[in-house]
Amino acid sequence: MPDAAVKFIQLFVTGLVTGSVYALVALGFVLIYKSTSIINFAQGEFVLVGAYICLFLVQAGIPFIPAFALTMGASVLLGLGVERGVLRPMIGEPIISVIMVTIGLAFFLKSTISLIWGTQIRVFPPIFSQEPIHFGQVIVSEVYIYTFIFAVLFLGIFAAFFKFSRIGIAMRAVANDQMTAQSMGIPVKIVFAVSWCIAAMVSGVGGILIGNINGINITLADFGLKVFPAVILGGLDSILGAIIGGLVVGVLENLMGGYLDQYFGGGVKEVAPFFVLLVILMIKPYGLFGIEEIERV
Amino acid sequence: MAYQCGLFHESYKQDERLYQTWWVRGWLIFLLVFLVSVPIWGQAVGSALNTNLINLFVIIFIYIIGAHGLNLLTGFTGQISLGHGAFMGVGAYTAGILAVRYHLPFYVTLPAAGLVTAAVGMVFGTPSLRLKGLYLAIATMAAQFILDYAMRNWDSLTGGSSGLNVPFAAIGKFEFNTDTRFYYLALVMVILFTWITTNIVRTRPGRAFVAIRDRYLAAEVIGVNLFYYRIMSFGISSFYVGIAGGMWAYYITIISDEHFTMWLSVQYLAMCIIGGLGHVKGAIFGAIFMVALPELLRIPSEMLSGVYPNMFEIFGTLQQGVFGFIIMLFLIFEPDGLAARWLTIRSYFKLWPFSY
Repeated sequence: MPDAAVKFIQLFVTGLVTGSVYALVALGFVLIYKSTSIINFAQGEFVLVGAYICLFLVQAGIPFIPAFALTMGASVLLGLGVERGVLRPMIGEPIISVIMVTIGLAFFLKSTISLIWGTQIRVFPPIFSQEPIHFGQVIVSEVYIYTFIFAVLFLGIFAAFFKFSRIGIAMRAVANDQMTAQSMGIPVKIVFAVSWCIAAMVSGVGGILIGNINGINITLADFGLKVFPAVILGGLDSILGAIIGGLVVGVLENLMGGYLDQYFGGGVKEVAPFFVLLVILMIKPYGLFGIEEIERV
Repeated sequence: MAYQCGLFHESYKQDERLYQTWWVRGWLIFLLVFLVSVPIWGQAVGSALNTNLINLFVIIFIYIIGAHGLNLLTGFTGQISLGHGAFMGVGAYTAGILAVRYHLPFYVTLPAAGLVTAAVGMVFGTPSLRLKGLYLAIATMAAQFILDYAMRNWDSLTGGSSGLNVPFAAIGKFEFNTDTRFYYLALVMVILFTWITTNIVRTRPGRAFVAIRDRYLAAEVIGVNLFYYRIMSFGISSFYVGIAGGMWAYYITIISDEHFTMWLSVQYLAMCIIGGLGHVKGAIFGAIFMVALPELLRIPSEMLSGVYPNMFEIFGTLQQGVFGFIIMLFLIFEPDGLAARWLTIRSYFKLWPFSY
């Protein structure tokens, strides 16, 4: 295989792995938007909280699997607390206030975490091995493969949850038409709370997975900002869109970083998704699968 | 006429007056005297409070200019921008580069900073034609990251992370090289821009902005050109914040990309929201609050620094956390901001003791 092709595949595979985690976090984001019409700027901080709590538990000597379960429990509490304490009082307020309150929440969570755990990079005790595996000339570390598998697994679990479980169907009903759903006896408040819990949970999973690859520090929160390009590409209210958007953005940012860094002095990876975002907003504002809002007077 | 209690306008001209009563004018003159006299007593009072009062005032003035800009856009036109921090950076770098490379005086570079920023703002504001609310917030956030990246990595233009050293502002031989001198420059600017804002708001563009904010479809039906006024709002708003950036560059004299991050954009939005969206006074209250709060936070953290020696290291983080918390509290308990509270308090005293 020629070198160029190897480089391409290498970048593509790495991107796919990062993208699968983006997809997971984006899923949580879309879920909140779908059922409550709130844009959650604190999604990245949920990632952060999940990652740090799991790290804390693992370092306290708890084996990984129970630690993971406990982290999920903590994420549920976080989601409940945020929905109840911060967003519930904001029902009926203008969009800008709701956006701002999640931004305030983001900074609050982020600085609380960095007050507790500091800002230096911390490394998970290795759960998956970093052992490189060779596929022809392409080298992929084992942890990447596990990350991908886990991300896809969780995506599958949550997708099935929406499709088949009772509460999942209730959530879809609320997303479709809040008032009708309420009149059919669906407890809308519980649906809101569940949405936030699941969003916090999937973000926590994302944080743990990505933390296993890169180690965690406070900049992991920026990870949450990358979901914006993903969800805009997929359409803000489409779960399938979020998954595809996440994967595409992960691959795109890796390819653009890999090929363009030399011309722009590095860091293209961080900014490329936002270029993509602006372009999509210009040409197809409601994304690939989003429902177009048509306004009539 | 002699025994009226309250304002009874008998002509449109009366209703449109800037100073509705002679009381307003009197208070404004009082405020002006107070502000002009700050450098005289500021040094002494500042050192008594263990802070540099004049410096704080200058920073408040600069933020007020920027906050007026964002308030015009967000408070009056209803368009959210999360990119104003980066726009301020564009202004600062424009002024700085023109001053350093081309040795232009500040009365040329400052308007240039405003105009360049206005152009940049209008470019990033074009999506506002198709996008509203949430989508626009995300688009401007993308603008923030892209501009931030450009400032950091376009070394040949901006000096990259090492920053850019800007000379003092000067008219002929007279340099604004002390806090006191710059204070008066900033005071003049802030009065100028507050005056312009007040007048924009009560004339045709301002009313068009408010119409767009309140119900843009209805506004379009009655003949407000949406595209024109939205872009205009972005332009004017960015012009303000560009001027603020230019002033910042001349005051701090070192520009680096670190200042113009997402955090600054959020601070600007917080200023408008805490102060009160859609009130000219809101920007002023918000800016004062935003600058005063860290100063107030400093006192307890200095006391605590005996107990926690690393208090100063985490001060920045703590500040962000407290800000985040205060923004949340404000939005939940006082969504209309300080300006609305001001009005309630004022009308309480005005109507006392018959408050019904």
